[in-house]
Amino acid sequence: MYIPKTAAKRRATAVFLLPSLIGVFGFCLLPILGSAIYSVTDFDLLMPMSAMNFVGFDNYVRILTGSEFPKVLGHTCTYLILYLPLIMLTSVGQALILNKSFKGHGLFRTICYTPVITSWVAAAVVWQWVLSGKYGLLNQMLSVIGITGPAWLNSKDWAMPGIVIAAVWKDTGYYALMVLAALKSIDPTCYEAADIDGAGGLKKLTAITLPLISPTLFLLIVINIIYGLQVFDSVLIMTNGGPGGATSVFLERIYKYAFKQYKMGLASAYSWILFALILIFTAIQFRLQRKWVNYDA
Amino acid sequence: MMHDTPAGRKVFRSVLFYLMLCVIVLLTVLPFVWMVSSSFKGSEAIRTIPIRWIPEHPTVEGYERVFNMQGFSFARASLNSLILAVACTLVAVMSASMAAFVFAKLPFRGSGKLFGLYLATMMIPGTVTMVPNYIILRILGLLDTYTGLILPSLANAFGVFLMRQSMMSVNDSYLESAHLDGASLYRIFFQIMLPLVMPTLATMILLSFMGSWNSYLWPLIVLTSNDKQTLQVVLGNMNGIYKNNEHVLMAGAVLTILPILAVYLISQRYVDQGISLGGLK
Repeated sequence: MYIPKTAAKRRATAVFLLPSLIGVFGFCLLPILGSAIYSVTDFDLLMPMSAMNFVGFDNYVRILTGSEFPKVLGHTCTYLILYLPLIMLTSVGQALILNKSFKGHGLFRTICYTPVITSWVAAAVVWQWVLSGKYGLLNQMLSVIGITGPAWLNSKDWAMPGIVIAAVWKDTGYYALMVLAALKSIDPTCYEAADIDGAGGLKKLTAITLPLISPTLFLLIVINIIYGLQVFDSVLIMTNGGPGGATSVFLERIYKYAFKQYKMGLASAYSWILFALILIFTAIQFRLQRKWVNYDA
Repeated sequence: MMHDTPAGRKVFRSVLFYLMLCVIVLLTVLPFVWMVSSSFKGSEAIRTIPIRWIPEHPTVEGYERVFNMQGFSFARASLNSLILAVACTLVAVMSASMAAFVFAKLPFRGSGKLFGLYLATMMIPGTVTMVPNYIILRILGLLDTYTGLILPSLANAFGVFLMRQSMMSVNDSYLESAHLDGASLYRIFFQIMLPLVMPTLATMILLSFMGSWNSYLWPLIVLTSNDKQTLQVVLGNMNGIYKNNEHVLMAGAVLTILPILAVYLISQRYVDQGISLGGLK
């Protein structure tokens, strides 16, 4: 837009930009700098800030060589290994259904999306009760088909799978709509050619649909790993990291170091390690994508 | 076999399709039904085998106890959540669209680089900024205040990006002719630009409102006084207090979900649009 350079224009530009500049510099860039600095100090919230000492990379070394870190990484990886295939399967499945036209399509779409708009706190409170050992909904359903369900959240082995089930329930609707958008962009003539060749439904799915939406599937995996490494609300409400630390994850650790033990230096170092992990996991994904993602279409 | 004939196979497949549909709907809805059903039961009636979906003696005891908690006021927390969600949304949307207007229509030397910096901040996970933001609020004396809770909403790089995209597509001639008619840039922004990007604006307002209403970690950290708590934090606290009174918890969950569900149902169109824009979670 052409508007002559005047003092009024300069002033207006400054006014428009100022709030967001305060936000981005004050609550995003400055904090990053602050966090980097705290992470090499023994900053403790219970002590005055002047008592803060430079400790070099002690916090990082302490975290990475401690016995807790491999466990936390293990729990997070367990979460990802269970969650990723399930969420891909359910969201692609749901999207394939949403891509068809049928009676009650709008209602179905709305229902699928309800768990997404539910807050994690409410969802976790409900799922805690659904997963309750004896009287819970899930175990009562399982007993109908003759399976005695585990104690889920009270069991060291089953707490994480329990959290994963709740997360898949909550997130499927969201990712299904993302997959649906990709499905809608497929050129219908691709299928016409396959019909002429006499390809069946399954063949069309694996040979046409999935390769054509592979960029979106890739995006889903990347996003889910980034979010999965930062899983928090569900864990804090449903298990609080328990039983016996069996579901302690990164953000839960950072939250407790910072706001229960007031070790701000240690918590800051932990959050940088988490950030580094996010970058590493994402970089690995981008490397692996060459093998299976198809950008030609 | 019936499904060996082409017509039979078609019927078989559509039966299979609707069966799958029912299973998905059931799996999605059952936890909600279970929540509502439990919320109208008494403390003993919730523990039955087999499940009684329709309570034998429906009671609102759970709801009464939600509204008569020691130390927390659920009604107050609902009001707090509403006020905060509206305020955060207003701040986030206004600051983002004002900045987007500059990036889209009032470029200056270095504005491209500044926008690049904005985009770069989107990569930083909230985890890293959480601790230092808390400390900034502490230094400013804004802990346990609504101002402190709302302030970080000013930084909304994703919103700037979304609004900029939309504003770029607005034809310059509308704005230029308004300028020639003597309208100030503020007027052009509020009376011409914002109405023209209304669909994107509405989407952003909704996503931002739902995000603020549902947010948990940030209010949990910043707010410490009981009377300032948000609904999500109060529900989280109730989870510890009413461990064995699930009907109270379920009543609390119903009351937390209902308002946002209503907002969603009324404005579904814009929310769906947000997802196709690569929207927020």
